[in-house]
Amino acid sequence: MSGDNILEVQNLKVDIPVTAGMLHPVRGVSFTVARGETLCIVGESGCGKSLTSLALMGLLPKTAIRTADRMDFLGQDIRDFKERRMAALRGVKMAMIFQEPMTSLNPAYTIGNQLMEVYRRHISKNGSEARARAIFLLEKVGISAAASRLSQYPHQLSGGLRQRVMIAMSLMCGPDLIIADEPTTALDVTIQAQILHLLAELQDEFEMGMILITHDLGVVARVADQVQVMYAGTTVEEGPCQAVFDNPLHPYTAGLLRCIPVPGKAKRGSKLGSVPGIVPNLVGDLQGCMFRNRCAHASSICETLSGEPTRIDDGHAFTCRLTPEEAAKTAAVQGVA
Amino acid sequence: MLVYALKRTFVAFLILIVVSGLTFSLSHLSTDPALTIGGENASDEDIEAIRILYGFDRPVYEQYFSWLGRALQGDFGESYHYKAPVVEMISGRIGTTMTLGVAAILFALIVSIPLGTVAAMRPNSLIDRFALLIAVLGQALPTFWFALMMIIVFGVWWRWLPISGNTTWAHFVMPTIALGYYATPALMRLTRAGMIEVLASDYIRTARAKGLSPTSILFKHALRNAIIPVVALAAVWFGFMLGGSIVIETIFNLKGIGWLSYDALLRSDLPVVQAIVLIFASFYVVLTLSADLLNAYLDPRISVR
Ligand SMILES: Nc1ncnc2c1ncn2[C@@H]1O[C@H](COP(=O)(O)OP(=O)(O)OP(=O)(O)O)[C@@H](O)[C@H]1O
Ligand SMILES: [Mg+2]
Repeated sequence: MSGDNILEVQNLKVDIPVTAGMLHPVRGVSFTVARGETLCIVGESGCGKSLTSLALMGLLPKTAIRTADRMDFLGQDIRDFKERRMAALRGVKMAMIFQEPMTSLNPAYTIGNQLMEVYRRHISKNGSEARARAIFLLEKVGISAAASRLSQYPHQLSGGLRQRVMIAMSLMCGPDLIIADEPTTALDVTIQAQILHLLAELQDEFEMGMILITHDLGVVARVADQVQVMYAGTTVEEGPCQAVFDNPLHPYTAGLLRCIPVPGKAKRGSKLGSVPGIVPNLVGDLQGCMFRNRCAHASSICETLSGEPTRIDDGHAFTCRLTPEEAAKTAAVQGVA
Repeated sequence: MLVYALKRTFVAFLILIVVSGLTFSLSHLSTDPALTIGGENASDEDIEAIRILYGFDRPVYEQYFSWLGRALQGDFGESYHYKAPVVEMISGRIGTTMTLGVAAILFALIVSIPLGTVAAMRPNSLIDRFALLIAVLGQALPTFWFALMMIIVFGVWWRWLPISGNTTWAHFVMPTIALGYYATPALMRLTRAGMIEVLASDYIRTARAKGLSPTSILFKHALRNAIIPVVALAAVWFGFMLGGSIVIETIFNLKGIGWLSYDALLRSDLPVVQAIVLIFASFYVVLTLSADLLNAYLDPRISVR
């Protein structure tokens, strides 16, 4: 693999024991993130995007079991890292921005306190240094009167501002990897674009790797280098953004892309879930292609499909019984329909 | 913040007026103080004379306002029975009651906050079950029974602690535990519930995502938010405890105002009862008020309302 990769993940699985048996919400996903590169993970609600990112951060719920063939971050195998060593990476080498800006900041402490604490924990105890860094970053994320904001409490800020604060907070220690889990889902449509634009800009400026989880395919088209399409805990298609958008091969990807809006006209129809049918239950032993009950091209082979991806050129791969040629044809037909 | 505090103080004052007015009229309607003062051998004429002398023939509200007027100047009258100024009787005893109340609430907090926190960190673990057991026992056993058990075991069998009086700190140990134990279950369960909720909150996930130390996550981020409701409840319980000290002080023969109020009630010594009710009510009001102010300080969102 190229030396530029800051994160290499192979066959990541998350299992959660539930009353009905063992839930398999993430069932073997693999990806790499290079420095300065954006990987977008898309897929409908419940397909395991959040659990994948929490698994990387070591923040899974206590009951969840994580396994992987490989999980190298900055050249270190972090699979067996205990909480202590993970905590030493979190916030400083890898940072995360969450879906819920309204509740992700502690209501009892000022913005300044919460921004500075992560810097003091990992970089330096020096208060004025931390303060200067906080002000610098608040300005970077487009917050005016940054110095006076430091003494404000979260409840005094709007959702958009809070998410900007969260972004500033994630950058306090200059991380190598930033994971943004649907950072704009809870925000106004008008603010969503600003925040995503800001993230892309900052990522470029600070040369970070970024994993951006989003429902918004319009955004993916604009900011992603690599795209990973998830369905029911597996990757159904992955590849360079251009290749996936120009030549979607998996029927699910094709279905998602059918309703992509013209850039600039943010149609609500761009949201995922436009593919008819429901996601199968992920409890117990699972066999074959999970998409088969919603797929127009399903056949009996799909029930026993191994899940090995079909690789095309340039890292573009998809997991389906169809050959690339058949897939391209059906996708094109779907596109017209 | 200042406006908020002033508003609350005004409401507190109104509450005191209402409470004292109610107790005054109820106690004057339920007993005839002239009979108490006159004693067993007083004739009907004596009683009538006493009524006129003390003004008991006047309407209750008139008596109340003249009592209130004097009370506001710090004059609570004289005990019918001991013929001593009520203010002196109370000020000589209030220290004992306050010592007991403060010690008991501290005992309750020192037991319940750590226990509730540990229980919340490991729900359904052994320690959680132990905490639950304590809570159930605490709520099921009457205070007086618990106090008597302690007296039998530690005072009579093992003779570790004195069972009556208030001359040394050792005299306060059992009353403190008996009274404090009373508040422990409620405070512990609230700490546990609050902690469980807070530990599952998004901002704790953020704190973990920042790689903060477990101590910082637990104490700075979690406990601070979880104890906000506990503080308010503790203030209320402190009020209950001062009231509950009537039972405890009587059992342990600690001569505080709890003991005094029991004594005064038995003797229908109304001036003493009035004064003590007013004092307990003011404690209560001041406590709730300071709890609210402390809450406003702990939770920056409150003062906005
Ligand atoms: N703690 C948990 N216990 C049991 N099941 C869980 C738990 N957390 C998540 N799941 C389940 O795992 C699946 C994947 O969840 P995940 O949060 O990763 O979805 P997602 O792709 O992020 O969805 P969304 O777009 O709605 O955020 C879901 O079906 C969810 O119900
Ligand atoms: Mg999610």
